[in-house]
Amino acid sequence: MNVANAPLLSLVTFLPLVGVAFIAFLPRDAVQNARYIALWTTLVTFAVSLLIWINFDTTTANFQFVEERPWLGVFTYRVGVDGISMLFVILTTFLMPLCILASWESVETRVKEYMMAFLVMETLMVGVFCALDLVLFYLFFEASLIPMFIIIGVWGGPRRVYASFKFFLYTLLGSLLMLLAMMAMYWHAGTTNVITLLSTKFPAEMQWWLWLAFFASFAVKLPMWPVHTWLPDAHVEAPTAGSVILAAILLKMGGYGFLRFSVPMFPIASQELAPLVFALSVIAIIYTSLVALAQEDVKKLIAYSSVAHMGFVTMGIFTFTVQGIDGAIFQMLSHGIVSAALFLCVGVIYDRMHTREIAAYGGLVNRMPIYAFCFMVFTMANVGLPGTSGFIGEFLTLLAAFKTNTWVAFLATTSVVLSASYMLYLYRRVIFGALEKASLKAITDMTPREIIVMAPLVILTILFGFYPAPILDVTAASVKALVQNYEAAINTAAAALAR
Amino acid sequence: MSQIASLAPLFPELTLAIGAMVLLMIGVFRPETDEAGRAVGWLAILVLVLAGAMVVLQPAEAMQMFEGAFVVDGFARLMKLLVLGGSAIALLLAFDDLTDIRQMKFEYPVLILLSVTGMLVMISAGDLISLYLGLEMQSLAAYVLASYRRDQVRSSEAGLKYFVLGSLASGMLLYGASLVYGFTGSTSFATIASAASEGGSANIGLIFGLVFVLVGIAFKISAVPFHMWTPDVYEGAPTPVVAFFASATKVASMALLIRLIFNAFPGMTPQWQQIIVFLAIASMLLGSFAAIGQQNIKRLMAYSSIGHVGFALVGLAAASQEGTQGVILYMAIYLVMTLGVFACISAMRRSDGPTEDISDLAGLAQHNLPMAFVFGALMFSLAGIPPFAGFFAKFYVFLAAINAGLYTLTVIAVLASVIAAYYYLRIVKVIFFDEPKEAFLPVRSKAGVVMTVSAILMLFAFIVPYLPASLISVADAAAASFRY
Repeated sequence: MNVANAPLLSLVTFLPLVGVAFIAFLPRDAVQNARYIALWTTLVTFAVSLLIWINFDTTTANFQFVEERPWLGVFTYRVGVDGISMLFVILTTFLMPLCILASWESVETRVKEYMMAFLVMETLMVGVFCALDLVLFYLFFEASLIPMFIIIGVWGGPRRVYASFKFFLYTLLGSLLMLLAMMAMYWHAGTTNVITLLSTKFPAEMQWWLWLAFFASFAVKLPMWPVHTWLPDAHVEAPTAGSVILAAILLKMGGYGFLRFSVPMFPIASQELAPLVFALSVIAIIYTSLVALAQEDVKKLIAYSSVAHMGFVTMGIFTFTVQGIDGAIFQMLSHGIVSAALFLCVGVIYDRMHTREIAAYGGLVNRMPIYAFCFMVFTMANVGLPGTSGFIGEFLTLLAAFKTNTWVAFLATTSVVLSASYMLYLYRRVIFGALEKASLKAITDMTPREIIVMAPLVILTILFGFYPAPILDVTAASVKALVQNYEAAINTAAAALAR
Repeated sequence: MSQIASLAPLFPELTLAIGAMVLLMIGVFRPETDEAGRAVGWLAILVLVLAGAMVVLQPAEAMQMFEGAFVVDGFARLMKLLVLGGSAIALLLAFDDLTDIRQMKFEYPVLILLSVTGMLVMISAGDLISLYLGLEMQSLAAYVLASYRRDQVRSSEAGLKYFVLGSLASGMLLYGASLVYGFTGSTSFATIASAASEGGSANIGLIFGLVFVLVGIAFKISAVPFHMWTPDVYEGAPTPVVAFFASATKVASMALLIRLIFNAFPGMTPQWQQIIVFLAIASMLLGSFAAIGQQNIKRLMAYSSIGHVGFALVGLAAASQEGTQGVILYMAIYLVMTLGVFACISAMRRSDGPTEDISDLAGLAQHNLPMAFVFGALMFSLAGIPPFAGFFAKFYVFLAAINAGLYTLTVIAVLASVIAAYYYLRIVKVIFFDEPKEAFLPVRSKAGVVMTVSAILMLFAFIVPYLPASLISVADAAAASFRY
């Protein structure tokens, strides 16, 4: 049987639910079994997704592994991947086993429910990246709020209730506006098939409204300044693995949304509103970097740095050039690895000391050399040091922005200095110096389990820094097609205007 | 024989009416015990099922009786089935609760049957007279049901309030009906429709009549600003009675509204559309804001039901087949959700009696996880979060409203549903996040089955293959009973 014809995407999407069913029927005290079932489910899911990657044809921009099944009459169950979504699927399935491992010991209460929530989360996140029908996409996109709400609210920190409500309601408002836009698109085009909609020409004025509605959703999700305020709260209060999922994958849904919907479907509005996006991106990059400098809480600092890094993503996407979009995708994947790793690093010391305050640490290098090394790699990657994955994305987006708008590029480049200051300042305060605090005297280095979690992330960070080709090859055809279609649409509109 | 056969369209109503009278006799001549009460209750459920079977067995085409005063079409049949099913389940929920308070008397099922008879007449009304007859029959039984716990001040007060305000609404409806009759010369919907569209621009007197009639019905569906009775009645009346009001009564009244505006006033769409849009906006906003501060779960559900009526009216405001289809789906989904929630509420009991405080749900997830999941799923469904059916309910009404160009209305609806999400989330928060309080008594089988089935339906009805498409086509076929 040909692998490409098997319903692999549906398998990857719904496999975690099989794990959920197993865990649901475990007795209440079978905690260890729940952990192993979750781990194996995510590992098998990852293996299947690798199978998709191996069979993925990088020479075409078309959607592959497309499946169609009847669902709601006109709205069909339709999934498929192209070069843009492929990598996000892999990123999701790759990070999930690490998340499960990272919560192995740190989550002690209601383990069964925790593992179930994570597995449901995986299904919904993979679904978002695979969906090729607006209604299906929306279903996955918004349903992912439910498990995350529960994860933050049940296993989160002291202000978990506030954070979970803020996260839920903020995102809900944005996505409901998007829902209305999707309905308007349906009535205009007569279908919610994404593949058809990608070649549908919406009238210019309608594009504006649709673009703004989608923007409301993706800007909150990404998040962009000034609607980013839910993110520090949610990140800080969520349990470690929850922060990892939030930073590494949920934020990417916003960037993915811009690439999948806003730019290709509403090119005219995208072009006209690009200055707005640039302005917000630059503000995000500079402002949140400065805010990050002032943080006393490790997680909050990393959360603000995420907002700054997402500024590069939006800036890159809205240059509408191959470099810019390649850079944005690379930045998202790199950030998915690096920020996940940074939150895991915070988790390591939080599990030992139960505080996230920077001032409570210092001199950890004396007792935790392996930890200090891992943390350094990710700090450098977050700064964007050449040789780490963080560099490629920033460099490409800045390069593209420089051609499109020199001022934007100039202002965004200041972030290179700012991110170096807040990350190195953080690193110095936590890791270097003499180990003076009595509470830290007994701290131990990373356990083998924690090393297993960190090792793949360290390797990938450095590997992609030197050899980004595996990622750029996958995206190349789709990004090229995206840019060509965009330019064709803009030229047609300009020609129509000239007449 | 042929005379009996000519009554075929009336068989469901006749079954109910005769069944109610027979059960009344049985009840009167049996000793007044809980067992007798329960037996009558089961028989009443049987009568409801029989009536449902009659509805299913009716031929598929549209039929009329009594010169158009009684209409049976696809829409009427579907709504009747919903009402009968909802009433049967609401009645089922009553058994345990009423036995607890030693009130499982035969009058209860009989009153339910009489009220349902009224509802079926309402749904099939093709004439202002039959409309009023059905409405009053339903209401009178409902007033008594609201004050069913006559030994309790709260319940008596609820019944009295419902009665006084309900009579006022009926009065307005009658006044409106008399104006409509005066300006069109007929009480038949078909004649009113043709008279209304004849004059070109609508007659001012007729518009007055329309407004008053709509006011009367707005009271019945508890649309703002005619909602005042709802929180008090919901809080005061016994839980199973409220389950009945919130499910069956609401569906029947909405069906009546749909039939009235599409059968009697199709030529006056701009006029009634304005009113419906206003009612929708006011209900959605008030339902959302006022529920935030509630501590009593039944009161909260009252405001929630006001809000949901607002959302359903969004579909009606579209004045299109998709819109009506959306409203039908909405009411069907709402019926299932609301019955599930009331089953959960009736399961909230401790050794010292039932409780209605939201704070008593604290930490339910830690001592009764299945019920916590069910309750949580129903709350997310009420909030309209996918993949729960509540989302698809909103989805189809919004879809219709967008197609009708009602953009402002849908944006307000979206804002209202975000606000509403807050208070549903608050319950989820209390159930899952808070520290546990004293555990509830074990859930009894009837409530357990109802809540579980409801939650499973809400979760899977729209995500399994094939089923959703058929649900939608059923609603679409029912919506096709009207001309737009």
